[in-house]
Amino acid sequence: MLNPSLLQIASAFFFVIITLLILRTRKISREKELVIASGRMTLQLTLTGYILIFLFDHPHPLYSLAVILVMTVFAIHNIYARVKNPLSKSLKRIIALSMTLGTGFTVFYFMLVVVQVDPWYDPRYLVPIAGMLIGNAMTGISLGVTRLVTGISDNQSRIETALMLGATPRTATKEVVDHAFDAAIMPTINSMMGIGIVFLPGMMTGQILSGTSPVTAIEYQLIIMLGILGSVAFTTILFVELGYQTFFNKDQQLIEVN
Amino acid sequence: MYRLEKVDYKNILKIDSLHIRGREITFIEGESGSGKTTLLRLLNKMITPDRGSIFFKNTPISTINSVLLRRRAVMLSQEPVIFQGNIRENLLIGLKFSERAPVSEKDLSAMMTLLHLEKSLDDPVVKLSGGEKQRIALGRVLLMDPEVLLLDEPSSALDEDTEHLMIEALVSFTKDRGKTLVMVTHSKKIIEDFPTRIIQLKKNTAYDDKEVDRPC
Repeated sequence: MLNPSLLQIASAFFFVIITLLILRTRKISREKELVIASGRMTLQLTLTGYILIFLFDHPHPLYSLAVILVMTVFAIHNIYARVKNPLSKSLKRIIALSMTLGTGFTVFYFMLVVVQVDPWYDPRYLVPIAGMLIGNAMTGISLGVTRLVTGISDNQSRIETALMLGATPRTATKEVVDHAFDAAIMPTINSMMGIGIVFLPGMMTGQILSGTSPVTAIEYQLIIMLGILGSVAFTTILFVELGYQTFFNKDQQLIEVN
Repeated sequence: MYRLEKVDYKNILKIDSLHIRGREITFIEGESGSGKTTLLRLLNKMITPDRGSIFFKNTPISTINSVLLRRRAVMLSQEPVIFQGNIRENLLIGLKFSERAPVSEKDLSAMMTLLHLEKSLDDPVVKLSGGEKQRIALGRVLLMDPEVLLLDEPSSALDEDTEHLMIEALVSFTKDRGKTLVMVTHSKKIIEDFPTRIIQLKKNTAYDDKEVDRPC
């Protein structure tokens, strides 16, 4: 495939029109969202394209760090919006801290030890890799947050009983905390199971389509999946280990949860 | 063992002064909403009073580590909470939570006899009745052998005969081992059958040792 022309791109919007027709004939009120989503997607990707071109032409560590920062902040807000349970201020702080430290560590390890590009901030590598690691950590931690909050609220009497019997808050919540961690990493483990057979991931497909050899594409896909596992695991373990503590006060009493 | 002074908790419980003596049995009675459970939770430091002081052996409990206090003064809630697993695991879980070594099989069997439970220790807990669950929750506390037992209606799900047997066992356990027992009860019969010190809480009235105390 060569560079798609504008006309070719426009022809792909045929699928949007088909979907809109289905929605209209079936009277499913989702047309507005689809139109907005298509518009936003086009606009966001175009803007990102220009930003990437700018970054690639002017590589600078500060620009690269700024991109990581913007992605992280956006991901943190996305987590707050995604989780339906009310979140306390201190829990929100823990989410922000875990995302920053967990993904930060993984991205730098990945750039310096695994990929070893020179310079380390080369935006051609850093931006897409950081995007994938941060994006997946966001999905994982969102599941972890939901599980932790509902787990503590559903198991209030068990946790209180354990406390009455002299358990530390850590022991009293161990089961809930472990379930939250498990829920967060499960989707990553599942996609590692199915990858290459059930589906070809977007990054690999994109690379192959743009002319990279499948072997190189697969090598990258393999390391990126391992990186994703790391970023999900690091951010989530930080989150659950610090997060459960926000449900207790200094007297090791369970703070009332909704 | 415990001394409470000018304790106030969220308009639920007001205590001017109260003294719970060590190595004694104290029953707490009172209509619902009079703060009986709240009193036990204050003694177990599951909650902290808004005002006033609570002393445990003359030390303000605000200065005692909550977890360590709860290991010495163990509380049993009214609704028995059962954990996954079999009867043995449920009986041993208090020791596990308080980071102590499990007791022997012999001690476990003796506890089953004391609780009048004719079951195997390996039986799963899912099929147990409310009364059986309540006795296992009580057994779990007794196996911890704490200095103070804070029990919230430990026999509410039992029939009258079993209840009598259970309280009898509890009273002799406390006396034989020199423990302090503080127990909330609704049962007039228990109060009649086992004369001990009684604390009577009344709704919206401040409790004062001097006025209401009726030692038997």
